[in-house]
Amino acid sequence: MIVRSTDRILIQGITGKQGTFWTECMQAYGSNIVAGVNPNKAGITHCNVPVFANAKDCMSEAGFDVSVLFIPPMGCKAAALDAIEAGCKKVVILTEHIPVQDVMHIMAAARANGAKILGPNTAGQVTPGECFVGFMPAFEQDIFKPGNVGVISRSGSLGTLICLNVVQAGYGESAFIGIGGDPIIGTTSRDALQALDQDEKTHAVILVGEIGGSMEEEAAEYAASMRKPVLSFIAGRSSPPGKKMGHAGAIVMGNKGTYASKRSALEAAGVTVMDSPSQVGELLRTKLG
Amino acid sequence: MNFEEYAGKALLKQVGIAVPHGILAHTATEAAAAAKEIGPCVVKAQVTTGKRGKAGGIKVVNSPAEAKAAAEQIIGMHIGEHRVEKVWVEEQGDILHEYYAAVLTDPVTKSPLVIFSAVGGMDIEEIAESQPNAMRKMPVDISKGFDMPMALTMLDGLLLGPDVNKFALFLCQLYQAFVEFDAELLEVNPLVRLSDDSLAALDCKYSMDDSAIVRKAGIAANATPDKLSSLEADAKELGLQFIELDGDIGVIANGAGLTMTTMDVITHYGGQPANFLEIGGEAYTKATDALNLLLQKPGLKCLVVNFCGAFARTDVMTDGIISAWENLQPELPVFFSIHGTGATAARAMLKQRLHMTPYATMDDAIKAAVAVEVVAA
Repeated sequence: MIVRSTDRILIQGITGKQGTFWTECMQAYGSNIVAGVNPNKAGITHCNVPVFANAKDCMSEAGFDVSVLFIPPMGCKAAALDAIEAGCKKVVILTEHIPVQDVMHIMAAARANGAKILGPNTAGQVTPGECFVGFMPAFEQDIFKPGNVGVISRSGSLGTLICLNVVQAGYGESAFIGIGGDPIIGTTSRDALQALDQDEKTHAVILVGEIGGSMEEEAAEYAASMRKPVLSFIAGRSSPPGKKMGHAGAIVMGNKGTYASKRSALEAAGVTVMDSPSQVGELLRTKLG
Repeated sequence: MNFEEYAGKALLKQVGIAVPHGILAHTATEAAAAAKEIGPCVVKAQVTTGKRGKAGGIKVVNSPAEAKAAAEQIIGMHIGEHRVEKVWVEEQGDILHEYYAAVLTDPVTKSPLVIFSAVGGMDIEEIAESQPNAMRKMPVDISKGFDMPMALTMLDGLLLGPDVNKFALFLCQLYQAFVEFDAELLEVNPLVRLSDDSLAALDCKYSMDDSAIVRKAGIAANATPDKLSSLEADAKELGLQFIELDGDIGVIANGAGLTMTTMDVITHYGGQPANFLEIGGEAYTKATDALNLLLQKPGLKCLVVNFCGAFARTDVMTDGIISAWENLQPELPVFFSIHGTGATAARAMLKQRLHMTPYATMDDAIKAAVAVEVVAA
């Protein structure tokens, strides 16, 4: 789940504007980018790495461990299936607005092949001081610094704010895991919580959730079994029901996905729920000293 | 996107599911004419919300005159936040039994979930609570599909009688429609068995995945548009999501999570947000449009601009805000908090062009905004 500097990374969609910009950022930070994919530009070198026609060619000729997709919504199903069928075990899907049935196809293929999916609609994952995948401001030193706090967030922008508060309080992060704002995602809050629970470098976890769905409630079940302290912030307390708040997954329908349900489930599991992200510092001091 | 009953039923027909004959009527006169053609019928309000019956939006009538009277009552009434604009005039059936069936996207199994209940006509939550033994659920591997043997396995033990194959076929057709029409939810409640032992979909709730609209544009054209204020509609044209709220503190932020949080923290400190408006993701270049739009909302006492850039570059967003500000020169107090990708350049730009310095933290910016006194005009 947590990408390391030794992981060999493939970028599908490397030659596009965003693919190029963020590949250069990742390389500058230390991510081990080994190749790219563009079906029409196989054979060229881009961002100093070879470009293949597809992930399968890359796997047989160069090998890779993680694939990151900078692909438009309607092309994601084919690109993700290509990576999974090539034998890739970690696929990071940044794209927003992928049709949910395409997402379910990707999840079915991942299950059948033992692959893990991060996203869709995630801003990526940062392992401070080592590497990052996606489009997070890993290189901003007031936001990401090596440390012992693990951060999980559905939202990239809010996750960034939480990380800023972690560093401002004098701490750093062991890992930031952006899980994505779609209703169906590969790595859930609970999966990410489990990964950070098992990570030796992580001493405390901040779980950043949103209204909608039941992921926070499921994560709370796991949190109840953890020894490491868990803090949480849930966005959307003041949002009106029945409206999608930007993310397709962030919507309260009837009694489902409410702030109150999530907060009470987390508190019952011993998780401290914050009223504002600015409480991160004082709470980390209480829990970690 | 949600569809009204009549539009959903038209799609069910395409996959071979039987639906009662009906005619759409926009006026009481049209409803009377429809009843004359159909005979004894049911006049049903067309709105994308449940509880139509309880709200008085469904009436059984036996003559054109009764249909006219019913339509006069129903058209124009409000059900939930929806105003009824039209009715579906549908033939009456001789119903022996009511069932429930649905296919939906399930975040837990990350698969389509087929649901059937031998008891129908009430909410699925009520069925789950009062008749759990009557209900069956089956997650489907979308790469393999759903077929008759699976449907029969699912229905096993529900005592549906010799006609169990009809129910299995119905579920296969419903699943086919779910896939073909890129549904998030496709619910038939009630599914009914008529006196001639045939099955018919008496109602249909169909919600299409918004992300699939681009590839299903023809079908999406028959959806019921969301009820939007005129500013919200303008925002949609510009590719921005804008939700108007009752408060007086305007909010512009990037990303859904950060925008919701900005609203929450305003509320936490005793203020009231005026809106949800986010310019994250691909929309981060639209800051100028966003500010122009928000400033048209009456009753703002001040503005909070909260950027925390990841993908969205704060320098690009801040440049957009400043350009709109220089152009409009509003007299509104504005409170900035800027962090993340491009923040150093963004802060310098703000200082040079607007002579402003962002607050060190989001909370400081929001506390200052909440403290603004409204001067009576």
